[in-house]
Amino acid sequence: MAVLSEIIPAAPLPGDRSHTARTLTGILLAGLAASCLLSLAVGASGASLWTALAQAANGHELSLRDSVVLFDIRLPRTVMGALVGAALAVSGAVLQGLFRNPLADPGIVGVSAGAGLGAIAAIVLGGLLPAAIGVSLGYYLVPIAAFGGSWVTTLILYRVATRKGRTSVATMLLAGIALAALIGALSGALIYVADDAQLRTLTFWAMGSLAGATWSKVLAAAPLILIGMAAAPFLARGLNGLALGEAAAGHMGVPVQRLKNTAILAVAAATGAAVAVSGGIGFVGIVVPHLLRLASGPDHRFLLINSALLGGALLLVADVISRTVIAPAELPIGIVTATIGGPFFLWILLRRRGILEM
Amino acid sequence: MLNARNITVSYGRRDVLHDVTLTAAPGQITAIVGPNGSGKSTLLRAVTGETAYRGEVLLNGRNITTLKPWQLAAVRGVLPQATPLSFPFTVVEVVRLGLTSGVTAAQDHLIPQALARVGLTGFGGRFYQELSGGEQQRVQLARVLAQVWQPVENSQPRWLFLDEPVSALDIGHQLQVMQIARDYADTGGGVVAVMHDLNLTAMFADCVALISEGHILGQDAPERVVTDDLLSRAYRCSVRVNTAPLRGTYLLPHAATMAAQ
Repeated sequence: MAVLSEIIPAAPLPGDRSHTARTLTGILLAGLAASCLLSLAVGASGASLWTALAQAANGHELSLRDSVVLFDIRLPRTVMGALVGAALAVSGAVLQGLFRNPLADPGIVGVSAGAGLGAIAAIVLGGLLPAAIGVSLGYYLVPIAAFGGSWVTTLILYRVATRKGRTSVATMLLAGIALAALIGALSGALIYVADDAQLRTLTFWAMGSLAGATWSKVLAAAPLILIGMAAAPFLARGLNGLALGEAAAGHMGVPVQRLKNTAILAVAAATGAAVAVSGGIGFVGIVVPHLLRLASGPDHRFLLINSALLGGALLLVADVISRTVIAPAELPIGIVTATIGGPFFLWILLRRRGILEM
Repeated sequence: MLNARNITVSYGRRDVLHDVTLTAAPGQITAIVGPNGSGKSTLLRAVTGETAYRGEVLLNGRNITTLKPWQLAAVRGVLPQATPLSFPFTVVEVVRLGLTSGVTAAQDHLIPQALARVGLTGFGGRFYQELSGGEQQRVQLARVLAQVWQPVENSQPRWLFLDEPVSALDIGHQLQVMQIARDYADTGGGVVAVMHDLNLTAMFADCVALISEGHILGQDAPERVVTDDLLSRAYRCSVRVNTAPLRGTYLLPHAATMAAQ
């Protein structure tokens, strides 16, 4: 990443990294496109994207098998991987801006766990809903419940960890542990009362992978993820102001209370939907924004969009790794992201030992 | 004009400010002085809308509670005592945070101007968190200046609210910052500053509000407020105000003799 600043010509104003950040957006866009192609091209079956493209170019019909593999198995998985990766990375960046510290990650502070509780509750208790509501929500029931779960968790977390406009990192992390314990207990109780069919669904869901991606899942998650991410550009300036503290942000014209409410809703929507369809995939939300801050600075006007692009690309690559390392079997993607993310988290702690005193 | 009428601020059951009235005019530096814990910073936080208060604050004739945050930000900038920054922004990026209308390239020319104003030309590429306390304070001042760069806009005065702007600075930079405030007022803007240093206050302020234990002891021109009698009462120590040979007043604590309580 350090090389990047040497390739890109110096900005007219020293210390102005917006030029670097914009160039990075272009590079990441290309990177996301490339990882989409990679994700489409690699898989357990021998179906080849290139052969298919060549055939299409020559006007030949695709074989039914190739068509099913490419459009009904790989493509929804690619779309879902990009959406989930983008959602988790943007959620991480927004949470970090909101809590004013770089360790806030949906997985670490319990927001993902809250979403998980919502999803489990929907799977186990969904049948108790009046039929009219259950049917009309259909595929959306689980993402919406997960959204509710992560929203409540984020609200509680913010209330506990923030006093007079200041967030204590230690309190935030400890509150996250306490919430995760409580959520774990509630989830356990729900799983205990679940019947066999529900347990089967739960087990598949909890594996935390993109393997089960179908178009119906993509359609169920996409609206909430896109709504959450669409809010991000409107949050950018406010989150920049918030870096100076709530009071200073207010003096600079940021409607602080509205900003916080919107940010919490956006994070809950994006994280909730992502967790609902992919289970818990950790560390994307902390690794991606951190790398981008190193490369082009913490300005949220660029950080949020670049996080979406890099998050999508990174998760697709992680998914390709998880599909190929022990092919034809699959490694759960959570293992891949945790293998990269865990040491990364420790590295941040080593570099900034003072972080807990903030 | 800034008209703060009958301001009362309570923390819990304790009143920190009792029924305080403060007036400040554009074109002037109004200093708020008083001992530690007298409520001077609280008063500043009340008139900037940061702290909840009972009473009424009118800025340019409009009640500040009826203004949206961005409307207030367009007419006044606030410099806090210390500003923690949670992410590694460069100096240029911090100053840019002050540009109000969402940071357009057209306004970026203000950044080097504001940095030059506070004597930090060449610091733009440095990381804010690596600067000394005094340098950070001047970067923050540059950010606030960038927010309300023109002292008068649409024939309305704009305002600088400064909370102990020189407390972290050496004497040269104290004079530099006070001169910035002086120039801002001289070109039509209003400046309200909480001050610790009575000599600087006497040298630069047009109007001094002396506050003690949540009450205003006096608000007037410096020569009528910065007096032996009022200062000794407010600070509970003997103070003698002298006249400097060249210009203005200066004062010395009188051998630290504590006044009888």
